[in-house]
Amino acid sequence: MSANVSSNLAAMLKIRRFEEQCIAMARAGKLPGHYHVYIGQEATAVAACAALKPEDFLFSTWRNHGHLLARGASPGKMLAEILGRSGGYAGGKSGTLHLSANDLGMPTTSALVGGSLPLATGAALACKRQGKGIAVAFFGDAGLEEGAFYESMIIAQVWQVPILFVCENNSIPPKDRKRGQYTSSTLPAQRLGDVTQSLQIPSEAVDGTDLTAMEECFKRLTAEVRNGGGPRFVEVCCSRWPGNIMTWPELPGGDWQIDWAFGGKPDVDAMVAWLSSDPLSLYLKKQLAAGALDRTQIEAIDAAVKKEMTGAAQFALDSAFPEASEAYRHVFAAQESAL
Amino acid sequence: MKITFAEGLAQAIYEAMAADSRVVLIGSSFMGLNMTARKLMEPAVRDYSDRMLVTPISELALAGAGIGAAMCGQRPVVDLGTGSFIFQAFAQVVNEAANIHYMSGGQSKAPVTFYCLAGMRGMGAAQHSHRTQAMLGQVPGLQILTPGGADDAYQLMKWSLLKSQNPTVFICHSLLFTETSELDPNEPMLPVGRARIRRQGSDVSIIASSITVPRAMAAAELLEKQGIFAEVVDLRTVVPLDRETILKSVAKTGRAVIADECHKSFGVAAEIAATLAEDGLSFLKAPVRRVVVPDVPIPFSQSLEEELTVSTEKIVAAALQVLGR
Ligand SMILES: Cc1ncc(C[n+]2csc(CCOP(=O)(O)OP(=O)(O)O)c2C)c(N)n1
Ligand SMILES: [Mg+2]
Repeated sequence: MSANVSSNLAAMLKIRRFEEQCIAMARAGKLPGHYHVYIGQEATAVAACAALKPEDFLFSTWRNHGHLLARGASPGKMLAEILGRSGGYAGGKSGTLHLSANDLGMPTTSALVGGSLPLATGAALACKRQGKGIAVAFFGDAGLEEGAFYESMIIAQVWQVPILFVCENNSIPPKDRKRGQYTSSTLPAQRLGDVTQSLQIPSEAVDGTDLTAMEECFKRLTAEVRNGGGPRFVEVCCSRWPGNIMTWPELPGGDWQIDWAFGGKPDVDAMVAWLSSDPLSLYLKKQLAAGALDRTQIEAIDAAVKKEMTGAAQFALDSAFPEASEAYRHVFAAQESAL
Repeated sequence: MKITFAEGLAQAIYEAMAADSRVVLIGSSFMGLNMTARKLMEPAVRDYSDRMLVTPISELALAGAGIGAAMCGQRPVVDLGTGSFIFQAFAQVVNEAANIHYMSGGQSKAPVTFYCLAGMRGMGAAQHSHRTQAMLGQVPGLQILTPGGADDAYQLMKWSLLKSQNPTVFICHSLLFTETSELDPNEPMLPVGRARIRRQGSDVSIIASSITVPRAMAAAELLEKQGIFAEVVDLRTVVPLDRETILKSVAKTGRAVIADECHKSFGVAAEIAATLAEDGLSFLKAPVRRVVVPDVPIPFSQSLEEELTVSTEKIVAAALQVLGR
């Protein structure tokens, strides 16, 4: 088994198991509030982050767990933050919505649709001026419904800053939409890249269920951006995981099982159908067919990931809730008050 | 007839749509993610879905389109979702809607309603917990409705959709949905601009609006157990602000506690305290107390958010303080 295959598998599994942990915590009443999981989109963050360097900046949305994990964030500190504990990245101030890890080049997370696009464009300006790094903005398809999207594209193109816009389109195709379903973008565009093409920003679409295709795509696009080629836009066509429902995510068919890549089937029809577009299952099957790994190896990686997640959960649960006085800290950064 | 706040809203919207075909809904998830309350919108969806527009996540243009349609003959309500999303629409709400009548020398008007589900709802964190009534109170030309009871949710919404001639921000609080009150359909509505005395009292006036109304009522109940009679003044609308009723109440009780969910500085409570300082100083037997949210963003963690919340307990403590207990 090559190092690349095992690290890809571990990285995707880490996200999957982390999200399952979140759902379990929510069910146990330990995870308060509203949250979003990245199940079904794992390959995107893993492939994109593999093409990045430590000096690069990343911006995400409310659906940010996968991006942080793929960037190397600590699952324990993330989970502690999601549970509102003092051991979290923001000491309990951000929760899931605004998770950030500044030392990983993720200075803030806007939970507003389109909110991070101008910020990422500015980060790219800083990169250009400082002569190192690029910015990557991950956002959902609804991002294109906000004016901030167009304004950011125009600025990025006019300034020729090093930024890769990654739109993770997990929208439900118009024909399958039901009234009252979880928000899905209403964009009249068929190919989202057509929108940026008209602004002279080169764009392409990539299959979000195919890790290998995305590795190639992100490697090439980040190199172009890094070499002064200006902004790029990529539409990642994701599959919509059935647990991603209107209010709180659920785990139809329970935790994901390795056996599902070996002919076993979940007991929920929607999950059976979805597995054929699950990036994790597809990657596994492909590597198995190529003889790149065997079941024992997969089980060993999964066992290690699960162990890490159990440790993360323990860390989070052991972490105390913040003291009330913490509420008053960090409104302003420390500064000198005169010249 | 007893109704809940959410029922009042849904009924007002339904009746307004039935009464006037110019009422259109730009967005229609008035109840947020409250699945029980969402069901209440089903009759409107059933009968008037042709007047419910599909809405992309485009708050700026949705608000602006509501204004434009209102100027040209419709009576739209724009559902901006979580109250914090009104910032996405600020340019249109603050700098267009509010100015149109004035800038046109009274020629044009924009009777549009902007609906916001605002406030500290629990774990909304910094970007989903705003209460914008104080900031918007700085914008002449905007009416700001802040119902704290089911009766006012019904009447103010219906008034806004059918009668108002001005741009209106309707600020709803998701923790109010299950509050109940009596509604007598035959009784005339208390005019907009008049505060409601929710409870008579002689020892201290508690001035409240929106979510602080039920909390002030609960505080008054606790105080009564200690032999203290609090009067609860429900503002109903922050703009127009009923200074007269506030002053009258404080003239009677001699003491004022102002409970409001905006931040302390430059807030709704600050405006009321200033009014009392200017025109009611001689009534006051003790300094005014504000029970408000400290000047910090809203943190995610429950233990931190609680520290900042305008609770019944804090209102009771402030009342005891102004009474010298
Ligand atoms: C400015 C703003 N408007 C509305 C919302 C409410 N909201 C949260 S997630 C979401 C849907 C976003 O869809 P998309 O961008 O496609 O991302 P996905 O959740 O599908 O990954 C909406 C409308 C918001 N967070 N910010
Ligand atoms: Mg989407």
